[in-house]
Order: sequence, then C-alpha cells, then structure tokens
Amino acid sequence: MKKDWPLWEVFVRSKNGLEHRHFGSLHAADAAMALENARDVYTRRNEGVSIWVVESKYITASNPEDNGEMFEPAQSKVYRHPTFYDLPDEVKHM
Amino acid sequence: MSEKEVKNLEVIFEARIERDDKIEPKDWMPEKYRKTHIRQISQHAHSEIVGMLPEGNWITRAPSLRRKAALLAKVQDEGGHGLYLYAAAETLGISREEMYEQLHTGKAKYSSIFNYPAITWADIGAIGWLVDGAAIINQVALCSTSFGPYARAMVRICKEESFHQRQGYEIMLTLCRGTEEQKAMAQDALNRWWWPSLMMFGPRDEDSPHTAQSMKWKLKRKTNDELRQQFIDQTVPQADLLGISVPDPELKFNSETGHYDFGEIDWDEFWQVVKGHGPCNKERMEARVGAWEGGAWVRDAAMAYAEKQEKRKVAKAS
Ligand SMILES: [Fe+2]
Ligand SMILES: [Fe+2]
Repeated sequence: MKKDWPLWEVFVRSKNGLEHRHFGSLHAADAAMALENARDVYTRRNEGVSIWVVESKYITASNPEDNGEMFEPAQSKVYRHPTFYDLPDEVKHM
Repeated sequence: MSEKEVKNLEVIFEARIERDDKIEPKDWMPEKYRKTHIRQISQHAHSEIVGMLPEGNWITRAPSLRRKAALLAKVQDEGGHGLYLYAAAETLGISREEMYEQLHTGKAKYSSIFNYPAITWADIGAIGWLVDGAAIINQVALCSTSFGPYARAMVRICKEESFHQRQGYEIMLTLCRGTEEQKAMAQDALNRWWWPSLMMFGPRDEDSPHTAQSMKWKLKRKTNDELRQQFIDQTVPQADLLGISVPDPELKFNSETGHYDFGEIDWDEFWQVVKGHGPCNKERMEARVGAWEGGAWVRDAAMAYAEKQEKRKVAKAS
C-alpha cells in the first residue's frame, strides 16, 4: 500500500477586511491535516486570521496559451473606462 | 511543434525575461529553463531540510530556555523554507517523492556547509551568524529571479532569515563578553566555520560554467565571486566588533578597491565535500533516509484514515 498525500492550495486572510490570498501549497492526507499544516507552514508570525484549503485537483485554471482569446475583449473596449468620455473642464465632481 | 516554432517561442521568452516579466508555471518555457529550475530549487529545498540536522542536535542542550525557544523556532523556520521551495519546484512538474528520491540516492546535492559538524554551543552562534548570513546574501539576490513561484518563496524566506542571523550573532556576542573559555569557544567556532562559509558561494566565476546562462535567466543576479566579496566585506567588521579574529593571515582591507583582499580558499576541500567525502555526508544522509523510512507507516496510516473517513461520509450521504 503506497499512496502519496495529495496536494492542497492554501489561502490566507491576513486580517479582517481583507480578502483571502493564495499563500502557497502543501501536502496533507485530509482537509483537517491540511489546515493544521497550513497554520504551521504559513502563519508562524501572525500572518493570518483565517485559512482556506482546497485540494489542488479541484482548481480549474485558464491556460496562458489562450490568453489572446481570453483577455483580448477587455483590451478593445476602451469605452468601459471613464477617460473615454470627453467632457468640458467646467464640469466638476465627475 | 517544429524547430522553427520553438525558436520563435524562445525569442519571445527571452524578451519577456529581459523586460522583467515573471514566468509562471503554466507559461511556455524552454526545457532547459524548466530543468535548471527544478535542479536549483530542489537543491535549495534539500539544503533547508538537511540544514535542520546540525542545529536540531543542539535543541535539547541549549544553555537556557530563551536560547532553546529561539533555536527551536529557527529550526522550524528552516523546515518551512524547505516546504515553500519544494512546493515551488513541484509547480514545474516534478513530484515531492521524486525529489526525496533524488536526495536519498545522492543524485541531488544540497549545500556542502551542512556536512560539517556542530561540535560546541558556539557553533550554533557561528552557524546563525555566518551560515545564515551567507544564505541571506544568496537569497536576497534571488528575490527578483524570473520564475514567479521561486521569487515569491524567496521573499517570504528572506523576511524570516534576519532573526536567524541576529540570534546567532547574539550568541557569539554573549560568549565573547563572557569568560576566557567562552571567548575561546567563539574563536574556535569562527576558525572552523569561516572557510566553509566562504565556500557556500560556490566555485570561482571562472570555474562556474553555468553562470552566464543563470545570469541571463535572472536565476543569478550577481556572480559567485561578487556575492562572496560582499559577504566578506560585511562580516569582517562584525568579527572585529566581537573581538575575535578571522582565520585568514592574508585578509586585509584594500583602501584602493574599498574591499577586503583575502587568501585562497582550499578548493580541494570544497570539491571533496561536494563529492560526498565531507566529515558528515554519510551521517546526514542516514538521518534523512532514516526519517523518511521510519515515518512511512505514519504517512500510510494517515492516508488510510483519510480514506476511511471519506467512505463513511459517502455512505452516510447515500
Ligand atoms: Fe532557511
Ligand atoms: Fe535560516
């Protein structure tokens, strides 16, 4: 019987009011152990107040090779930005 | 992919590094870049893990509770550093088990400095001061390396390292302000650790064939000799402050260059230790392999427990 511990991704909220951020990964047999290991590996100096762990295999990631199709539409739509609109200088607070 | 297409991708890739773009794991990269990074990052990880051994040996014998707590925290940090780095290497497609296998069979190297023994308590001071000091110089240079996961691990590690060096220097300071015997112990530790610490920066530039490629990939931001000089320049005044002397009769400040001139490193010793003939190579590997094999039943039991719990959850739900 030989089965390696799966890989987990660790997300940490550094303080209330901030979002969880990806901190890194680690191996653990189950979620409870992943949480404990995440505490020991990533929060030895008060780096966090909340931890999420998720097994890496459940993450679906975009492929950088598709970045053209994936993100191009955002590039060409300049009218989504406030600077696209020409207003006279006299208009204040806008 | 045709040869021409690969060449094309390589040109784009080199240009990205040139303009300080970071490379992330799923990005296209030349095979050589991937392999070199796996090798360097895993060696770095192995060094952190093997580096726990000479110091861990002193945890139960630390002279006070304050020293013991600090040393325990430092050794735990080194374990953490190893884990950050293993995880960074895994993003390139090598498994943790493969890396352990390479370490345990001697296929992968780790920093030779950890093949020297920590004989007295003063060695713990000297290791923190000199070995962590040298490691910091190497690691700060790597914080801006091109591979994203490696650079992020380095930033985290550098934040944690400065306490390591300060606790070591504090031990040296205490010994040097103590009795004659204590001061002699500190001097003896410096005598034994000085030259191996200088060797931590690797062979001379002219004997380091990978330097040019590594500089291009920003896997190295300064050459071995530049980093070594930086270490000497900042460490000698610290030794002066302790009132102990660096064991190098040729060491002398050169007011023209603004740097210390220093004597020749014993490169035969360096290559001997790299090839596995240092004082503790065998002992270190036995300890690592022993821990891995002795812990196998724990890893298996944890996995079996996790699977059992999972089955129970499924059974309950259905
Ligand atoms: Fe470290
Ligand atoms: Fe350290």
